[in-house]
Amino acid sequence: MTFLQLENIHHSYFSNTQAKEVLRAISLAIREGEFVSFIGPSGCGKTTLLSIIAGLFPATEGKVYIDGEELATLHQPSIGYMLQQDYLFPWKTIEENVTIGLKMMERNTKTHKVTANALLQEIGLPHVGSNYPRELSGGMRQRVALARTLAVNPKILLLDEPFSALDYQSKLKLEDLVVETLKAYKKTAVLVTHDIGEAIAMSERVFLFSANPGTLHKVFEIPQALQELSPFEVRQHPTYAEVFQTIWKELESLG
Amino acid sequence: MDNTLFKQYQQMLKKEKRFVRLYQLIILLIFFGGWELLSRFEWIDRLIFSSPTHVWQTFIEKVSDGTLTLHVGVTLMETVIGFIAGTLLGTFIAIVLWWSPLLSKVLDPYLVILNAMPKVALGPILIVALGPGYFSIIAMGALISIIITTIVVYTAFKGVDPNYSKVMQTFGATRWQIFREVILPASFPTIISTLKVNVGLSWVGVIVGEFLVASKGLGYLIIYGFQVFNFNLVLMSLLIIAFFATIMYQVVELVEKVIIKNNG
Repeated sequence: MTFLQLENIHHSYFSNTQAKEVLRAISLAIREGEFVSFIGPSGCGKTTLLSIIAGLFPATEGKVYIDGEELATLHQPSIGYMLQQDYLFPWKTIEENVTIGLKMMERNTKTHKVTANALLQEIGLPHVGSNYPRELSGGMRQRVALARTLAVNPKILLLDEPFSALDYQSKLKLEDLVVETLKAYKKTAVLVTHDIGEAIAMSERVFLFSANPGTLHKVFEIPQALQELSPFEVRQHPTYAEVFQTIWKELESLG
Repeated sequence: MDNTLFKQYQQMLKKEKRFVRLYQLIILLIFFGGWELLSRFEWIDRLIFSSPTHVWQTFIEKVSDGTLTLHVGVTLMETVIGFIAGTLLGTFIAIVLWWSPLLSKVLDPYLVILNAMPKVALGPILIVALGPGYFSIIAMGALISIIITTIVVYTAFKGVDPNYSKVMQTFGATRWQIFREVILPASFPTIISTLKVNVGLSWVGVIVGEFLVASKGLGYLIIYGFQVFNFNLVLMSLLIIAFFATIMYQVVELVEKVIIKNNG
């Protein structure tokens, strides 16, 4: 069943001197519970596309449907967005950070503490609720950011290179945690990344975009055998290198 | 082994602190001692530069006849109110500008003009408009810090990493919620540092205001002392101003410590 549908999306940025076309004729559909990745050279507009799906600003042309409903700009708590860095609020405790989304939506704060504790348990940081972000490592902070995103129970998760600021070890661990958590909650997710390996390891399908202007170039289906494994295991699997080569060649051909 | 090294390090820190304090004290003693000696031996004109003992005598005199408490009280009241009013109003205008980007574009050149203008030059107009009393002096104390507060705080609001707002937007936060939860707390350090500047500015505004019009207050004492050529009075007022300005600054630093501690 289609959950997220993009219909003929065009987008241009306007500045004083020029209008720059960043996205041209993007149409795609993503199933409910599916995990997909957007990859492509820099300037292919993948982050712009993600922002449009998140409702941060409207596309110049085209329509976005989530769960059959057309997306209105902003005030869309059904969407969870994770950025390159954690962007935890340094003046709030971890618990307050996790529940900030809930606080924006409802005034009743009684249940928030319970939700926060449950989520922190889920991401393996049960005892940090009263700490401040500066007391946590980069990996831990990004895990808290994941908890904050999940707290509002979004229908779809948009991940904008959320692992790019982490060291390699934390990145691998967090990849596993994200996939595991999203599977457990049956969430639909879109990951934007420049790392082919990450895309293969985490997703079911990989959308390759070409640049100037950004167009959807090709869609790769990740073999079923890899889809069932955790991201870490995928990287060890013999077919991983094969898939990597296929996508790499295609990416190279874009120049 | 580590323990002894750590103890040595702590002792070194202590020693350094004592050393700093000692020299600070020596400077103070040299200043007042030197002043006294120069004045005693008439190397400086006693009539103009007075001497610590004479200033002290004047101080005792003014305290015992009860007039000093009145003057200090009036000036402190005016300064504190002017300081708080200037900071709050300045911050409020900054909030309005943040709220309406269009308004901020429209008002931009006027802010520049108002900021460049020496506010004390408005003194006579203020006095005529508001009457020669506490009110116009407080207005001077406030006016002198409003515009610079507006500019600095507004710049801080705009400088907050937009990604923090983005996070809030994805949660469907309203503009007011974004302001309260993100923009304001993220700008607290800047607001505090403008407080520190405003302490000094408010003193300038109030003292100049008192020069112009007052019949009470430390600024009045300075002008009065100058007119009757009683420089004991002038220097005493100066020292008292220095003392209370320092106290106010320390209070602001205390507030800063409390806020920043909760602020990460």
